[in-house]
Amino acid sequence: MAIIERPAPGIIVPALPAGAPAITPTRTFGALKRPVASTGWKSWLFTVDHKKLGLMYGATAMFFFIVGGLEAVLIRLQLAAPEGKVLNADLYNQMFTMHATTMVFLFVMPMAAGFANYFVPLQIGARDVAFPRINAFGFWCFLAGGIVINLAWFLGGAADGGWFMYAPNSGPVFSPSKGVDFWTLGLQIAGIASLTGAINLIVTVLNMRAPGMSLMKMPVFTWLITVVQFLLLFAIPVITVALFLLTFQRSFGAQFFDVAAGADPLLWQHLFWIFGHPEVYVLILPSFGIVSEVLPVFSRKPLFGYPFVVFSGAAIGFVGWGVWAHHMFASGLGPVSVAVFSVATMAIAVPTGVKIINWTLTMWGGKLVFSTAMKFSVGLIVLFTIGGLSGVTHSVAPSDTQQTDTYYIVAHFHYVLFGGAIFGLFSGFYYWWPKMFGKMLNERLGSWNFWFMVIGMNLTFGPMHILGLQGQPRRMYQWTEARAGEGFFNIAFWNLVASIGSLVLTFGILLFLINIAITARSKVRAPLDPWNARSLEWMTSSPPKEHNFDSIPHVHHLDEFFHRKYEEDPVTHTMREVATAEQILAELERNADAHIHMPSPSYWPLVLAAGLPIVALGILYSIPVAIVGGLVILYAIYGWSLEPSVAADSDYEGPSSNGHEVGATHG
Amino acid sequence: MVETATHDAHATSTGLSNVKLGMWLFLGSECLLFGGLISTYMLYRGRVSDGPTPEQIYDIPFTSVSSFVLLMSSLTMVLAVSAAHKRDDRGTNLWLTVTALLGATFVGGQVYEFTAFYNEGLGFTTSLFGSSFYTLTGFHGVHVTVGIIMLLAFVAINKRSRVPGSKSESVEMIGLYWHFVDIVWIIIFTLVYLIPV
Repeated sequence: MAIIERPAPGIIVPALPAGAPAITPTRTFGALKRPVASTGWKSWLFTVDHKKLGLMYGATAMFFFIVGGLEAVLIRLQLAAPEGKVLNADLYNQMFTMHATTMVFLFVMPMAAGFANYFVPLQIGARDVAFPRINAFGFWCFLAGGIVINLAWFLGGAADGGWFMYAPNSGPVFSPSKGVDFWTLGLQIAGIASLTGAINLIVTVLNMRAPGMSLMKMPVFTWLITVVQFLLLFAIPVITVALFLLTFQRSFGAQFFDVAAGADPLLWQHLFWIFGHPEVYVLILPSFGIVSEVLPVFSRKPLFGYPFVVFSGAAIGFVGWGVWAHHMFASGLGPVSVAVFSVATMAIAVPTGVKIINWTLTMWGGKLVFSTAMKFSVGLIVLFTIGGLSGVTHSVAPSDTQQTDTYYIVAHFHYVLFGGAIFGLFSGFYYWWPKMFGKMLNERLGSWNFWFMVIGMNLTFGPMHILGLQGQPRRMYQWTEARAGEGFFNIAFWNLVASIGSLVLTFGILLFLINIAITARSKVRAPLDPWNARSLEWMTSSPPKEHNFDSIPHVHHLDEFFHRKYEEDPVTHTMREVATAEQILAELERNADAHIHMPSPSYWPLVLAAGLPIVALGILYSIPVAIVGGLVILYAIYGWSLEPSVAADSDYEGPSSNGHEVGATHG
Repeated sequence: MVETATHDAHATSTGLSNVKLGMWLFLGSECLLFGGLISTYMLYRGRVSDGPTPEQIYDIPFTSVSSFVLLMSSLTMVLAVSAAHKRDDRGTNLWLTVTALLGATFVGGQVYEFTAFYNEGLGFTTSLFGSSFYTLTGFHGVHVTVGIIMLLAFVAINKRSRVPGSKSESVEMIGLYWHFVDIVWIIIFTLVYLIPV
């Protein structure tokens, strides 16, 4: 039922008793005719193509990255000098809450989802994901969620409780504006995107690999994305529960976090961090996957210890469930819990260390090519290791108790998230840009982009270690000259350095945006295999055709593409080139599959997702509106489930199909 | 190799169809949803403020009967799946309808129970016990209701021969969901009603 196949003319629609009327959208319950445009805005709006959706995820996430980045700059401007006047206390609270929410839920997660959408099917030699319509639905949910969360800015103020929204501070007494309501409902909608995406990608990876591609021949990026999807699959429902409880309290008077009624505020903390700690691996593992693709290519060596990288990734996926309470050491859990979670936190550093060692040894003795993608990957190894080391210090509960809610924590997670997750994503941009758009990003500008980001990020987040150990509290909206201290540890100096650093960082990212603009205007096409790459996504045209591969490749090796290009010389034991990328592609084209069935576009994902924010706004403003939203959802589900899994011939024009909607023979 | 026919596209690496694998994953995710709700209830079940305690309001014999009705609906669901595999349309529709009726009886019992509890003084906002009890059992009730809608919608569509894709697989998927919701009820009934505070 998942893949909607476009039948070649003449193929009889199966699964119907003979003589029964053909199921066409015009005959289903009030359903719309299937959209067929393959160019123009309609082809994007109703697409179910995993590559288009990947780009849509990426573009939307990039927009939110800029929004979240500007919020960060405002925070740093406020803290640059004593008694900052840029923001007032209330606006400052909204700013740091929305900065974190935007970066975590609306940038890093969807950007990784974009890469996963685009490259997982290509890397496993599939033509699309398992459930293309659900894939489109996921994107629209993410967009709807992002809009709902940010709508609060214009409707009485955004959420202001910090990204983990601790109870009882998030209750109606302490957060009276509707900001928190928008936040819970928006995240709820965005969560649907993560959950459906997780199911979709896991099924795709488990079920739709090209013949011969066993699990241990899968590229590491696909492996780690799969681990991430399992984390999401089991973590999202937990935050869903927490968000429901909070919504019920705020909108319907339930008492879950009402301490006066005897509630336990730790309930929220546990639910949040049972989600929240797997979530940090959700943020970092896709970047680990990208680095594991980039380093072998630019070291001209296979990945060192492939099984170790895979299994350490899976180990992180398991142990990641047993460390959540290290976020809560200051809450008085008792010695047994603290000891257990301390040890678990130390243990989870081991599989991460395994990866660092594997990456380093991949480069060892390799013929290193320092392209921009490689620079960002090496940058990740160095910066993430620094962040990882400060992270291990948090497993020591007594010192963690001192560091809790100081800038030391802020420094730590920006090293792992900016220096880790975001550097990995940038590495992916430079590495895969020619694949996605057929054009190379400018390497010289890329180099400037990289160095400004490295210097900017160290200037911004490095001093925060000092600020935190000096006791500057996280989320403090002003500091005073009188309490700044003196000498090397003067927080006035280091705050100023951090603020200057944030401007350097902003300039670095501006260079990236300029690079995109220059590349978009350039007419120079990228070579077919610009990096001498190793995995299947490069064994097709750039950008790939709608059906990805002319013929589905049979896989015999890890790094299949590399092994088709190179063979070992039996005498000298060196690799020699036996085929070029162009020759391999021409070979695939000669053997092109006769009938290629691609999923057809659909209106329903967009209609269904559009119902959700209507319900959300209805809950907040007027219940009748919510009912209207509910009806939209019901209508969309009905139309969706009746949309034939095999598109009828009458949905398409015959041989002269040129993408226009024609042939409305059924009225 | 050249991919020649439509059915080739359905050969999967695991041998399970995409839909079935997807449904199993979804149900795995649902376990954590109910896990979170059950934990919340277990934490708060003794915190009754000035409202009634669980012992004062639970009517164990009544809920046992409605639980039995729900469990029997799993049996009729199995019969529906079996009829669907035999391509017996009449049997499928019959057993699906019976399943939906049994499910509706259970939901009706829950509505009666909620009304009775409310009249005895346990509102949604009365106490932590009240909030968490109604949330947990309410979420389960919504799941049963969604199941009933799926069952009846399938019967309606099937009667007009408009089921897209494989009929028996669609019935099987509804069945997986239905059994899952039943199993969750066994856990909820044991933890919420049978184990004393």
